[in-house]
Amino acid sequence: MTGLGHLALAHVHGAARPRGSLTDVGVDLPTLGEVFDVMTLRAGHNAAVVVAGTTMLGIAAGVVGVFALLRRRSLMGDALAHATLPGVAGAFLVAMWIGLDARSMPLLLAGAAVAGVIGAASVQGIVRFSRIREDAAIGIVLSVFFGLGVVMLSYIQRLDGGAQGGLSRFIFGQTAAMSRENALLMAGVAACAVAAALLLFKQFRLVCFDADYARSLGWSVGGIDLLMMALVVLVTVAGLQAVGMLLVVALLIIPPAAARFWTDRLWLMTAASAAIGGLSGHLGASASALAPRLPTGAVIVLAAGVIFLFSMTFAPARGLAPRALRHLKLRAQVGREHALRALYELAEPQGTDEAGATVGDVYGARQWSEGSARSALRGLRSRGLIEMRNGEAALTERGAEAARRVTRNHRLWEEYLVRYADVAPSHVDRSADMVEHALSPELIAELESALREEGRLPRSVHPIGRGGGDAQGGKR
Amino acid sequence: MSFSAQEFLAIDLPALLAATLATVSCALVGSFLVLRRQSLMGDAIAHAALPGIVIAFLIAGTRASPAMVLGAAAAGTLATVLIEALRRAARVESQASMGVVFSIMFAAGVLLLEQAAARNIDLDADCVLYGQLEDILWLAPDGFASLLDPSVWMAMPREVVTLAIVCAAVVALIALFYKELKITSFDPGLATTLGINSSAVHYGLMAATALVVVASFEAVGSILVIAMLICPAAAARMFTDRLPSQLFVSATLAALAAIAGYVLAGFGPIWLGAEHSLNAAGMIAVVGGALVGLAIVGSPRHGAIARTIRRRRLSLRIAREDLLGLLYRFEEATDRGEREVGPDQESALRLLVRLAPGASLKLARRAMQCCLRDGSLRLDGGRLVLTEAGRAEARRLVRSHRLWERYLVQELGQRPDHVHRTAMELEHITSPAMQQELAPGPEGPDRDPHDRPIPPGDPSETGKNT
Repeated sequence: MTGLGHLALAHVHGAARPRGSLTDVGVDLPTLGEVFDVMTLRAGHNAAVVVAGTTMLGIAAGVVGVFALLRRRSLMGDALAHATLPGVAGAFLVAMWIGLDARSMPLLLAGAAVAGVIGAASVQGIVRFSRIREDAAIGIVLSVFFGLGVVMLSYIQRLDGGAQGGLSRFIFGQTAAMSRENALLMAGVAACAVAAALLLFKQFRLVCFDADYARSLGWSVGGIDLLMMALVVLVTVAGLQAVGMLLVVALLIIPPAAARFWTDRLWLMTAASAAIGGLSGHLGASASALAPRLPTGAVIVLAAGVIFLFSMTFAPARGLAPRALRHLKLRAQVGREHALRALYELAEPQGTDEAGATVGDVYGARQWSEGSARSALRGLRSRGLIEMRNGEAALTERGAEAARRVTRNHRLWEEYLVRYADVAPSHVDRSADMVEHALSPELIAELESALREEGRLPRSVHPIGRGGGDAQGGKR
Repeated sequence: MSFSAQEFLAIDLPALLAATLATVSCALVGSFLVLRRQSLMGDAIAHAALPGIVIAFLIAGTRASPAMVLGAAAAGTLATVLIEALRRAARVESQASMGVVFSIMFAAGVLLLEQAAARNIDLDADCVLYGQLEDILWLAPDGFASLLDPSVWMAMPREVVTLAIVCAAVVALIALFYKELKITSFDPGLATTLGINSSAVHYGLMAATALVVVASFEAVGSILVIAMLICPAAAARMFTDRLPSQLFVSATLAALAAIAGYVLAGFGPIWLGAEHSLNAAGMIAVVGGALVGLAIVGSPRHGAIARTIRRRRLSLRIAREDLLGLLYRFEEATDRGEREVGPDQESALRLLVRLAPGASLKLARRAMQCCLRDGSLRLDGGRLVLTEAGRAEARRLVRSHRLWERYLVQELGQRPDHVHRTAMELEHITSPAMQQELAPGPEGPDRDPHDRPIPPGDPSETGKNT
């Protein structure tokens, strides 16, 4: 279990590190090592437990949030978090009336959990029994429950001026005042949520990706959804003290959304989301231990936000920069292949691969701008596919082979379009241009065998005449 | 606390005005958000506006300036643009992109707020969350008579004036762009073919939402804004399917919630014997939620009660018709000599439960009582017997049933042993006109696939109904 391992690690780490000399605590986030140094220096074991607990919370939120994201219900967590307020206030009132300690944390969190589950059931009930859609149902539960909580808080405030201050910290979160027991409680609840999510991984995965199939297997999709929401409530309740009910939803949304940029595999995504959530929780609690004026919840969310921005920009799988790069690369490759074919076809009438062509010939043939022709030729040259002789481009031996392959693909595709897709010969050149680069070897083999059966296989070295030639002629 | 004109005019009236104007503006804009399934955009904007408010406050240094409204509106609009960008460019799922944007912006706002509080600046999160409805005072009037004096009206609190302007602007904008809003909300595809720029309408609506949220913020707080953007509109959805009445009903419900919520918060505890009032904004949100609950349960057309009643009536009608059909088939069997007499009461009901899908013994008994009451059945020594009227109706039903069986087998090629269930369902919804269409014509077969005779149609009946 990675979560518990991390918890233990934080203990050891916190206890064993020598004291650091960092005295000036600014708003700037220190590095991780410094955070631990400062923690052992200032707050010792207690702060280490709080940081470990917050990290565990981040991991739990990351794991549970993945399923909420994939179920397209990210903001459900927001509604459930807001819905806990009347639960906290109600538990406080009940405890006061029957004479228990009204500030006992387990009691208040139990009240929050009850209210959260009622909120989840309300959203499901509204969607099930009325024509109100899910987004509106989420908004209704969020605002009405929170409004009820505010009314109850205003009552408690009048009842006992001092007591309400303890409750309103749940709204924005405050780790500075957290005791060791409460931190352990938080970590325990979060660990339970992770364990349950991993136990139900198979069910959650199927419901997220194919709810209809899950239903056909006889599973109760509504029941599994409710379980999923119950885990969201658990995480929310665990996060009330540290992050506060207004921001705990960020921990449920941002890490999974960031992890989504890195991978398409659910296991990896869950692990990445847990890591991002854990790291954010760690950073936030450490910063809060360093500078009590820094609101923990906000710092945690902003740390997660930075990781999100980084993932969105640089993650190889779905990040913006790698995607743009891939797009540019593909365009360059397409340009090079078109230039190769242009060179091949320019030399074709002379029956030799050796004849050169000027840049002007190439962009004339492709109706390109001079710049794109030049850059395509430059690309070909750097790959050793052409050589320049007296300002004329000529295919090298490898280049000639590549050009034959490209031309062959193009003409095969044209043949195919004319034969099987009933496209007029004068129209196929453009379509073939667009699709030829994406032809896989298997598809080419299939096209060839189809045309061979008809006895219309284009020769591989020297091109087919009629179909392709006509189309080319028409274009030039 | 006894009622005094002075107190009412100074404390309650401005608060009521502010609350009503805010909730009505929210409800009008919210109707479109709910219809376009963008309810949560209000939530997102309300959260995301916080950093704008704080920054504007830090720059302007005062709460009264329009800078705060501008800052909040800018932050809210920025949030909608960012959300759309995340969704389109980075392909983040729509709820997640809202969550990412507003929670990061809100966190930034909280951080700024905390820094501001460190410098002893008078701005706290509470006023943003809960609003300060109770603090809006109108000190100018001195008794109801003074309301005739225009200078008293000029001294109306700033919040109320702002909200009145925003409310008027919302009404004017909706009137002006009614057609565009309507078409893009219900049929974006059609809107595009008509040359309406859907995304301009989207951003316009978002800007209006931001405006309403921001203007209402200071007076009533963000919870109330979110509640009023969604609750009245959702409740109105339960009552009506037409856009004009949707707008009207949601605005009415919003005003109702504002007044009822304020009165409950202000006077409710006192009526109950407590000393202090409760938070009004929160109470208005709770009343809004109660209205949604009432609408879901009690709306005459789409409410749960109405739907249950309709469903029970339908199943009773079907059970009644099935009972008549059952007895008709008994008479046929008796005529053919397969049976001596009609069934006794109990065995007929038990048979009905076994043969008709979804019928319980209780339902069967109610169906029988229904038949006895309307005179289609009578009891003859413990046995159920069709009356003349009942027999005519039963013949019509059995005719529909067998016509459908014939049609399903001969025209649609289904297997004879598969068509009974389908015919069983269709016979209840076959109008006389449809029955005529199904009839094979005078020279067609008069037997169903199971070789039972198709009862003749009643010429007077069909004539009457076509």
